[in-house]
Amino acid sequence: MLEVRGLTKIFGGLRALDGAALEVAEGSIAALIGPNGAGKTTLFAALTGFVVPDSGSVRFLGQDVTGRRPHAICRQGMVRTFQLTQPFARLTVRENIMVGAYLHTAERALAAEHAEAVARRVGMGELLDRTAAGLTVAARKRMELARALATQPRLLLLDEVMAGLNPSEIGELMPLVRAIRDSGVTVFLIEHVMQAVMSLAERVHVLSYGRVIAQGTPREVAADPRVVEAYLGRGAAQRLAGGAHA
Amino acid sequence: MSRLSPGIVSPLILLGAVLLYPLVFRSNFAVNLGVLVLFLTVLGQSWNIAGGFAGQLSFGHAVFFGVGAYASSILQLKLGAQPWLGLPAAALAGALVGTLIAALSFHAGLRGSYFALITLAFAEAFRILANAVGFTGGGVGLLVPLKPGFASFQLERIGFYYLIAALAAVSVGVAIWLTRSRFGARLAAIRENEDAARALGIDTFREKVKVMALSGALAGAGGCFYAQYFLYIDPSVAFGVDKSVEMLLVAMIGGAGTVYGPLIGAFLLTLIGESTRELTEAQGLSLILYGALLILIIGFLPNGLIDLLRWRRRRA
Repeated sequence: MLEVRGLTKIFGGLRALDGAALEVAEGSIAALIGPNGAGKTTLFAALTGFVVPDSGSVRFLGQDVTGRRPHAICRQGMVRTFQLTQPFARLTVRENIMVGAYLHTAERALAAEHAEAVARRVGMGELLDRTAAGLTVAARKRMELARALATQPRLLLLDEVMAGLNPSEIGELMPLVRAIRDSGVTVFLIEHVMQAVMSLAERVHVLSYGRVIAQGTPREVAADPRVVEAYLGRGAAQRLAGGAHA
Repeated sequence: MSRLSPGIVSPLILLGAVLLYPLVFRSNFAVNLGVLVLFLTVLGQSWNIAGGFAGQLSFGHAVFFGVGAYASSILQLKLGAQPWLGLPAAALAGALVGTLIAALSFHAGLRGSYFALITLAFAEAFRILANAVGFTGGGVGLLVPLKPGFASFQLERIGFYYLIAALAAVSVGVAIWLTRSRFGARLAAIRENEDAARALGIDTFREKVKVMALSGALAGAGGCFYAQYFLYIDPSVAFGVDKSVEMLLVAMIGGAGTVYGPLIGAFLLTLIGESTRELTEAQGLSLILYGALLILIIGFLPNGLIDLLRWRRRRA
């Protein structure tokens, strides 16, 4: 469904993306992990048109979408959420979600109806008339999710949707992500919460210095020495292994 | 709804009051006062549609007003067109200039205060151009010869009153439509968070150009009305900073981003302007009062005077 080839983006002297390549299969939950500054958010931004890559290609549903503008990519069915939530602060939750719902209908009543259905699906049915500015972090994250879902995407990119949530909130969100996938939406998530990555993702891609250095099941990736080194530094895997044997 | 959502009753009562006003208060002074309020409502609503609803703050909105005023006057005086043709032509000219300025500014990625400054620069450029070239009459301006009659678009005072009432109704109608339509929802999204709007499939460039065209058309029509009502325009009246600031103040004082804010702002500003003129010879007193009022409102009613009229507080 999503094929990324040789994606490169240079900011000044920094290679934020350095030939990143990966594939996400339709109907799966895939995760993108990597140390801070590895280029995860830049990769999402390049996929969704917020950043135009210097080279490389993004194919989505068989079409080359490299360098298209964000709204066009959203209309194709790939939608992102933001690491730092970006609410329409002075609008209500209903109005926020309706903005997403308006993508496929110009009818106000239909958009409102769809927004309410999506809100109930993510457990925000009670908060529809609240102003977005007054929501808790957890509720804002849900609203971002709902807004994105309301555009009826085929592929949902979640940028650290669990970050800043407490364990019980994370516990509530995980089945929701699974339910979204079960409803036919492919999910690709950037996540630092390992509990979520390990139990949700079927395939994990590890980004380090703008390259995908490892991919596989969560278990394979966690055991990969290159991944351990990317997080803990060169030689760390050996030292850990040595320590275990001693 | 976070904005004052207009039912169907209040606009109709308001419309009735506007229609009856000149029949009850028949003096020239009273009708003229009504004309000025409604005229400022149109201009304030034009600013409000771009600045209040879509969050594209302009410091040079007079450019649309001025282009409308000049377009209709030049058509009539230099090209001999039927004067009434000036009204659609002025709206069209305002829309075209709105499209042009928006496309250039937004293509260059100008947002927020940079956009405000570039609109100011455009208005100044038009003022200087109107001063410099021949067909605008230069610094002397254009005088529409007095020739009362319907055909020459020089109506009785009450005729002008109903004309501007119709324009004001259209402008308020546009604002009501924005609170209820997809286009309006998209503008609100752009105002609140442009990146999030783009992520959700909104072509922000296109929507912003559209709203500037719409706003420009309203101000342009207002410009034509001004030229026919006062029968005189010159570059500083048409494109001056005063006019831009006035348009902005009307919306901000009344309540930017609300349907009836500009009407309230226009009413108050006209009242202050006319009463200071009646009471004292001091020339700039009304401006001082506008300034003081603006400070008070920004300090205590950041959403404008309309907040005083809201019986239902917004939920936090």
